[in-house]
Amino acid sequence: MSIHHHPDDATLTAYAAGTLSEALSVTVATHVAICPRCRARVRTAEAVGGTLLREAEPVAIGADALARAMARIESSAGAPIDVIERPAVADKRLPAPLARRLGTSLDDIRWRWIAPGVRSHDIAVSPDSGSLFLLRIAPGKTMPEHGHGGAELTMILDGSYSDVTGRYGPGDVADLDEEIEHAPKVDSDIDCICLIATEAPTRFKGVIGRLLQPYFGI
Amino acid sequence: MTSLLVRIAEHRDRDAYQDLFVHFAPRIKGFLMRKGADSELAEELMQDTMLSVWTKASMYHPGRGSASTWIFTIARNLRIDRLRRESVRHFDDVDDLEISEDDTASDVTVVAQDDAVIASQERQLVARAMQDLPSEQAQVIRMSFVDDLSQSDIAERLSLPLGTVKSRMRLAYIKLRQALESEL
Repeated sequence: MSIHHHPDDATLTAYAAGTLSEALSVTVATHVAICPRCRARVRTAEAVGGTLLREAEPVAIGADALARAMARIESSAGAPIDVIERPAVADKRLPAPLARRLGTSLDDIRWRWIAPGVRSHDIAVSPDSGSLFLLRIAPGKTMPEHGHGGAELTMILDGSYSDVTGRYGPGDVADLDEEIEHAPKVDSDIDCICLIATEAPTRFKGVIGRLLQPYFGI
Repeated sequence: MTSLLVRIAEHRDRDAYQDLFVHFAPRIKGFLMRKGADSELAEELMQDTMLSVWTKASMYHPGRGSASTWIFTIARNLRIDRLRRESVRHFDDVDDLEISEDDTASDVTVVAQDDAVIASQERQLVARAMQDLPSEQAQVIRMSFVDDLSQSDIAERLSLPLGTVKSRMRLAYIKLRQALESEL
């Protein structure tokens, strides 16, 4: 897989800081899982966290804190390290973080009809953590031109699309800021399936957009 | 501090663990309280962080970065998992992501002696690069890593467009990366 579009460095830095909303964070993780370049960048940004932790103002800890810690490590001896669960499904279009969330392959997803050629599937996140969903768009379809109310990340899982900012295929991430308005057109001969995370509702423009927006419920 | 962690990883060295605890525990707690946790929660998350340092020590190697960076990631993950308790989903850590991609784990090679030196150099370079950042860039980095604010929150606090906050973070990141690449 050759990846041409990556999350912005500012987005990777926020991911490292742990300040992305859950929806955005899952999308970054899904990309980072298959992108060594971005993994290295997240690591670099994490070094900032290490430096700031070292410089943090020490505060008084419980009088028995050390004794408690020493007792805990003794009772943990031999306890298994909590290894992160492996995804139950094997769908090569789904990187592990997303596969764990979905728990099913893309073929078995229950899609919700949005508009002709457009279907969606919501993915649960914690309350007030943005919205996360899959969008499945038929070949040749163009989404209405729209801008973004806040941070929005799109990662392509299958198929491809093009817009004013370039062509996006599997693994690519479109990290759009609020100034950009685009009208992506699916240019693959299969459906384009993307993972989309938003911090705020997407504001579709135009008549179709206004028709679509209530259906998205985002 | 990195060498203490290596001693814990390789020899389950309890003295090293005690030294590491005495150094880091008050800082981890302070770091978490700065992010809004009350004293009780911060103490609990600090204890959990330090327990993970012990149980996961074998997964640490200096090539991964300095001890404080590794401990930062553990504290960050535990804190986020706590905040997300309603969805019972783990924060996807880069370490876990790497493991999930590389099933064979063929690149887990013997740790080079030099790695500890590199980790310590990296620590100094990052600290220096951060001191050299223009104040407006250092500010958004601190608000993000220390005060736990999202880019949108920072934009609101500083009355700046989101794009400006992002570009300051981007510039800060680029400087940091350049500092690391030019000297390592």
